[in-house]
This record gives sequence, C-alpha cells and structure tokens, in this order.
Amino acid sequence: MNVNVALVDDVSPETRPIASTAGPAPKRIVVGYGFWIFLLSDIVMFAALFAAYAVLAHATAGGPGGAQLFNQISVAIETGCLLASSYTCGLMTLAVGSQRRFRTYLAAVVTFALGAAFLTLELREFAGMIAVGATPQRSAFLSAFFTLVGCHGLHVTAGLIWLAVMMLQIAVKGFRATVERRLLCFSLFWHALDIIWVWLFTVVYLMGVRS
Amino acid sequence: MTDTRYDRAPGAGVALANVEEGPEYGLLIYTVGLLLAVILTAISFWAANTSLLWTPGVSLGLTALAIAQMGVHLVFFLHVTTGPDNTNNVMALAFGVLIVVLVVAGSLLIMADLNESMMPAELMNLHMQH
Amino acid sequence: MTLLGKLDWSAIPFDQPIVMGASAMMVLVIAFVLGWVTFKGYVPYLWREWITSVDHKRIGVMYIVLALIMLLRGFADAIMMRAQQALAAGGAQGYLPPEHFDQIFSAHGTIMIFFMAMPFVIGLMNFVVPLQLGVRDMAFPTLNSVALGLTASGILLTNISLAVGEFSKTGWVAYPPLSELQFSPGVGVDYYLWALQISGVGTLMTGINFVTTILKTRAPGMSYMRMPVFCWTALASNLLIVAAFPVLTATFAMLLLDRYLGFHFFTTDGQGNAMMYVNLFWVWGHPEVYILILPAFGVFSEVVSTFSGKPLFGYRSMVAATMVICVLSFIVWLHHFFTMGASANVNGFFGIMTMIIAVPTGVKVFNWLFTMYGGRIRFTVPILWSLGFMVTFVIGGMTGVLTAVPPADFQLHNSLFLVAHFHNVIIGGVVFGVLAGYNYWFPKAFGFKLDERWGAAAFWCWLIGFYLAFMPLYVLGLMGMTRRMQHYDVVSWQPWLWAAAAGVAVILAGIACQVIQLVVSIRDRAKLRVTADPWDGRTLEWTTASPPPAWNFAALPQVAEIDAFWQRKQRALGQQTPQIQEREYTPIEVPKNSAAGFSTAFFAVITGFALIWHIWWMAGMGVLGIFLTMLVFAFRDEEEIKIPAEEIAEFDRAHPTEVAV
Repeated sequence: MNVNVALVDDVSPETRPIASTAGPAPKRIVVGYGFWIFLLSDIVMFAALFAAYAVLAHATAGGPGGAQLFNQISVAIETGCLLASSYTCGLMTLAVGSQRRFRTYLAAVVTFALGAAFLTLELREFAGMIAVGATPQRSAFLSAFFTLVGCHGLHVTAGLIWLAVMMLQIAVKGFRATVERRLLCFSLFWHALDIIWVWLFTVVYLMGVRS
Repeated sequence: MTDTRYDRAPGAGVALANVEEGPEYGLLIYTVGLLLAVILTAISFWAANTSLLWTPGVSLGLTALAIAQMGVHLVFFLHVTTGPDNTNNVMALAFGVLIVVLVVAGSLLIMADLNESMMPAELMNLHMQH
Repeated sequence: MTLLGKLDWSAIPFDQPIVMGASAMMVLVIAFVLGWVTFKGYVPYLWREWITSVDHKRIGVMYIVLALIMLLRGFADAIMMRAQQALAAGGAQGYLPPEHFDQIFSAHGTIMIFFMAMPFVIGLMNFVVPLQLGVRDMAFPTLNSVALGLTASGILLTNISLAVGEFSKTGWVAYPPLSELQFSPGVGVDYYLWALQISGVGTLMTGINFVTTILKTRAPGMSYMRMPVFCWTALASNLLIVAAFPVLTATFAMLLLDRYLGFHFFTTDGQGNAMMYVNLFWVWGHPEVYILILPAFGVFSEVVSTFSGKPLFGYRSMVAATMVICVLSFIVWLHHFFTMGASANVNGFFGIMTMIIAVPTGVKVFNWLFTMYGGRIRFTVPILWSLGFMVTFVIGGMTGVLTAVPPADFQLHNSLFLVAHFHNVIIGGVVFGVLAGYNYWFPKAFGFKLDERWGAAAFWCWLIGFYLAFMPLYVLGLMGMTRRMQHYDVVSWQPWLWAAAAGVAVILAGIACQVIQLVVSIRDRAKLRVTADPWDGRTLEWTTASPPPAWNFAALPQVAEIDAFWQRKQRALGQQTPQIQEREYTPIEVPKNSAAGFSTAFFAVITGFALIWHIWWMAGMGVLGIFLTMLVFAFRDEEEIKIPAEEIAEFDRAHPTEVAV
C-alpha cells in the first residue's frame, strides 16, 4: 500500500514522526527538495563563471574596463526592478497558498513586467557597450562580463517564459497539486536569481567601477 | 544529517495556511524582507561611491553587505531557517556554499599563483606585438 | 550562408579507408539491428515496455546496454592504439596517420569515461538503489528517462562523427589553445563539446534524482544509518555529480563561446588565459573520478559481505570514509597540473591533500579484508572480481600516491607511467566493480543467472590481460616514453609495447568470454533460472521477485536494522514453521509511461548536429522541439496508472518469496 505521511502542516509538532524514518516524504517536499538541489547546482555553475570573471577582471587588452563602461544608475534601477519582482513573486506565492486566482494573476503580471523591465534595461546596457566597441570579442574581461551577466539574463528570460506557461497552467488546470508544486519551484527559482543578482551587482558593477 | 522531528519543503515556510499564523503574517514577512533588502542595497551603492570610507575596506564591506542581503533573501523570501524542520535544506545549502567557496577562492588563489610565474607584463606585450 | 551550414559531401572521409571501413561496419550493424527488430514486430513492445518506460529498473538496464556497446567501441580504439605503437618504432610509421591516431586516443578517453564508465555506474545505481531503499521508484521517474535519452544523444553524436566529419584531436581533455578555433578549425572539437554538454545535462538530472531519492524517499524505519553501504556510496557519488558537473558545463560553454562567437576566455590574444581552462576542467575532473569509483566501492561492499556470509565490517567507518572522500575530492584537483607552473607552496599543499585522500580509501580496503576474515567465502564470479580489484586497485593507488609527490610528478607527468596509473585504478577499480555488479545483479534483473564458467574465464582473461597490458607501461614511463605518441625513435621501447599489445589481446579474449557468457546464459536460461534470493543476500532487493514487478514491493517494508533482509531471514529460519502473513492488497499507483525522454533525445541530437555544422535554422527547430516536448509533458492530464489489487495479489501468489517480508 502507499504509505501516506500527513502533510506537515496538518499535524501538530509533537505527533509528527521523525522525518528520516517516516518513509517516503510527501510529493511536495520531494519536488521542492529536488528543485532546491538543482538550484544549488545552478549556483555552482555561476560560481565557475564568477571565478572566470574574477580571474579575467583586469584582462582588458588595452580596451575599456568596468570603470569606463558601467552606468550605476541603470544598474540601480535594474536591481530595484528585480528586488521588487522578488517581492511580488512572494505575494503571488501567498495568493497561490490561499488559492485566489485573481490575486495570483495580478501578482504574476506585475512580476513579469518587472522582470521584463530588468531585461530591457540590461539589453540596452549591452547594446550601448557594443555600440562604443566594447564587444565581448574585444577582450577577455568583456568576454567574461558578457557571459556572466548574460547567463543571468538568460536565466531571467527562461523564468519569464516559465511564468507565462504557469499562468496558462492555472487557467487550464486550476490549482491542482502538480501546478502548486511547480509554482513552488518557480518561486524558489525566482528568488535564487535575485540572490545571484546581489552578488553580480556587488562584485561586477560596484567593485568594478571602483577599480 | 540529524533525525528531524518533521520536515518542510524549501521555500514552503509561510505559503500554506497555518493554524497559528494568518495570511497577514506572510505579507509581513515579505514586506520586512523587502525593506531590509532595499536598505542594504542602498548602503551598498553608497559605500561604493563615497569617499568617506577607507578605500581598501570598501570591498570587504561590500562583500559583507552582499552576504547580509543573501541572508535576508534566504530567511524572508525563501523561508530557509535554522529550525529543525529545515535541516536537510540548510545542509544542502551549506554544501553548495562550500563548493562555491572552494571553486571561486581556489581558482583565484591558483590563477594568481600561476600568473606570478608568467613572464613580466612589459616583456609579454613586446612578445604579442605583431 | 548556405542552407546546410558547413555540411557538404567533403564531410564524409572518403579518402580514409580505415575510417570508411569502420563507419560502414557501424552503419551496417545499426541497420541490421533496426531492420531485424522491425521485421520481427518488436517495435510496439520495445516502445511500450522500454523506450517510453520510466521504471528505474528498465532505465538501469538500458544504461548498461549502452555502456556495454560503448565498451566495445572504446576497446576497439584501444586495440588500434596498441597495434600502432607496437609497430611504429624507429623509422616505421605504423598504419595510422597522425591525424587519425590523434582522433583515436581522444575518442578512446572520451568514450570510456563519459559513455562507458558513467552509464554503467549510473545504470547499476538506477536499478539497485530504489530496491535497496525499499521504495517503488526514483523521486523523478520521467526525469530519469530524459537523462537516459540525453546520454544516448551524446553517444549518437560521438558515433556520427566517425562517418560525418571528424572527432576531436586534442585528447579527451581538450586543452586550449589547441582546442581553440585557430588551431582546431575543423568540427572535431565541436562534436566533442556538444556531445558532452548534452549528455552532461542528463548526468546532472541523474544527480539531482538520486540525491533527492536517497535523502527523501526511503522505506519506513530506514534511517540513514540503516541504509545499505551501496546507497551511501551512491549518495556521495551523486552529491559530487551535482557539485562538479555544473563546472564542466560552464567551462565547455566558455570554450564554445570562444570557438563560435570569438570570445577570449582561453585564447592567446585578447588577454585570455588558457591555464584557467586547465584549472576549471580539473575542478570537475577530479571529482569525476570519484563519481566513478565510489559506486564501485559500494558494489564491493555488498558483494564481499554477501559472499563472506558476514555483515560488512565497520559500517560506521565505511560511511564516514565515503563522506570524507566526497568532501576531500574537491581539494586535490591541482595534482593534475603540478607542472603548469604553480609555486612550490601551492604544489605542496595539493600534494599533501592528495596523499591524505588515500587514507579513507585505505580504511575501506581494510574493512573489506576484515569482512572476509573469519567468513566462509563462496567463490562466485562477483567475488573473483572483488579479489582482483583489491590487489589491482591497491597497486594503482600506490602509484597514485607516488605521483602525488610534486617532484616525482615532474618526471612522470604525461608519461606512460601516468597512463598506467590511471588505467590501473579505473580498470582495477571501476571496470572490475561494474562487472562484479553486472554479474551480481543480473539474476535479479532478468530472472536467471549468468553462466559461472564463462564468467570466471572472462575474469581471469581480464586480470592477466590487464597486468600484461599495463605493467610494461609503468616501465616505459620510467624509461621516458610520453603518452599519445603516434611513432617513436627509441627502439628499446618496442619490446615493452609488444608485451602491452599482447595484454590487450588477452583482454579481448576476456571480452569475448563475456559476450559468450551472455549468449550461453540466454540460451540456457531455463536451467539457470532463479527465484528471489539466488545469492543468500542481505539487503532488501533480494526480497522481491526476479525480475521485480513494476511496483517493486506490494507493501513497503518496515525496516528495523541494517541488513534488514538478513535479520528477518535468520528469525524466520529460527522458527520451525514459517509465518505466512495474510496480506491485504490495495491498489498501487505507478508513474505513467512517457515519450518525453525519447522526444527530448531526438531533438537534442538534431540540435547538437545542427550546431556542430552551423545549420542555424535546424538548431532553432531542435530547441523548439525540446521546448514543445516539455510543454506537452507539463500539460498532460494523467500522471499515474493505478494497478488493481487483484493483479498485485496474483503476482505475489505466482512468485512466492522464501521469507515473507
């Protein structure tokens, strides 16, 4: 027979069995934890790109460096957008938890818009750099910069596509258990992207303009 | 890997309707998290641009602020706490952080050491001019 | 921009007879197999029961089938290399031009590590771990199928390179600047990079799957310290996969960006740094060898305790040693490039760490020895492989500790001594381990044993052949011969290379014995049939029928101690009349089949091939196909199939196990 372990929040703390001997965990925990492990692997990948950037941070090959290229105001607005979108994603999670469809859509749309704003600003920044000849082919520093920041941007893009698909899923399937689990994974992903951005703007931009 | 009394999915802290806490509690958590993050971000931008601070210490300060921001995100947005219901999640995170530190710090130290043994920069540039 | 990018008829190597012959043989074999399968009407069965299956047991078997096929391909490369080196002494040029020889040693390493050893180890873990944990399947069954598909995609791309285009000539590590576009303008390095990126994604999925399964889904009562040691080594190995493979993905991505978009990560101009590639590659590369060896250690733990009739000696120290190796494997990687110019302090630190990591391995070896001591050993084929491992791996480990000393390594780096060392530990450790596991768990997977005599013959041929093939290489390394030499001037090396070639011939006999073993066993399967517990096992997989049903266990076992099955057997045997419990059967939900794995694999091959040949529209279609596959999967209505209680009861009645669990 399938061993049923009660969802953790339905049972009072004292009567809950010890997790490691309670049998297979409920699907929500299994899916959430699996996605958590995936996120950690993604963060290790960013770490490798970070390491490459840090090693090549001064390899400008006679070309422009961070101090000449980075626009702090644009970065500040991008940071604000992403942080706000993390907040609205949290609001979306609350709405999903209480199964309120309209609030979920609203929070999702705002999250999407803020994420799209972030991407637009970032693409404008890249275009501006390329226009003055600071292309990724110019130097190792620029290759590393475009790859590291660009990889984060690709993740944000993937997240936006995922968010759109999730809204479609809610429309078609409602708040089924599978859909809720996937939304939990999305929120983990979105918050993790903001954490990575914290490191990006601190190390690449803020420390970059100082050197 | 200790025996925990109960288990929680990562990120699932306040999402479900709790017996003790109402949905306003969730809203409060996220809002406090947002405010803290905004404050820390503002301080970071200020620290990077001000001339009031001792220059070599700014990088260290920025790193400390970044770690603090990461902590705010983990606690307030991802609901990853040090409670017994989160042990597996914290252990996984700790493992990930260890690997990240080893890869980044290790690579930086090794590459710096290797570059020390390379030809001096002036001679290098001569060599590359063609 | 032509419609087919860089692809045209000149991609097919009409002017190279050996390559054309090999390609023709490959195409004929594939065509024959596909034709035979279609003609006999097996396609619906294969599609329904195997290709779209998300059952961990089926997926495990398919991984091992892939591995065995690639063993043949990689070994063919080995034969060619040994033959070439035996011939090309003095002024002789042998029969392989350098352009071809370089592709062969690159393909040999790539195939053996990524497409033989990894799938074999993953296949064994896939089959065994859920059964040993007492659960019904992995945490993410469909993801499992997709991972298998992506591995198959990588294999297919690598093999296509034989007939269309060329393979990499840079060695299996592909260091820049040689692997940059300037010095490797052909498609070879691209084949290598895309095949490994694609299969690397699959491997990462596998890692996530196993970590979650082992940490979050175990039978009731199975705490961490009651898990079989094989599950502990699987956990450590998969934690390493999750931690290390992303670094490889990032490193290959940077090299790809250099090659495709003219970036300057590792180029000689633009202030790129080729040494950083070496650094990052080995950050992945060292954990990789532990990813391979830890499950093999797990196999030996299971085999040695089962066939000694004793519990594994020092369970706690085994677990501790495994997790220590897991962490330590991340702080030794510089020993792969002692000679690249780091200072003495840095070299010394990593040299010492490398020696320290030998300690927990030694703990394990002693634990196996103490397990056997005082036991009554049954000399089955798996135990033969284990004994061979213990001698061979220890020798290989000792030469490893020798080369861990930086000054010694300055002499031996990239010599045949190094080649002998890593083959010593990989063949003596990983290959012997997976072959032991293959013989050990084959009856569980298929319901009949493998022939013992041919199995023993295979073992002895492998053992003798290995020593004959690789001990001369230690001598050659000390005599100064470097690796990857297509020809050489020092004629005094030649006798040793002849001995090595003879060794390869003996290994070939061993592989032939294994093929015969399989054929004979299938032919005689009625005689070799077994029930649930052919080896008098100790762990939970031996409580299920052979082969187990889709749902593994009619009721999840309640676990109260280590070696759960063994304790129960002792208690049941102690009673005069065995208790047959009347069990109530309830319906079981099993995950539904899915074509997502096959579909993803198909589009991945298209995408990879298109990217290699710069056919951009086709690459776009491939990516779109993968995206659509994900959408179709995300929007499917049913995820599980309910198996009715009567079917489960019927199966249990038809397959009584010796001990009711």
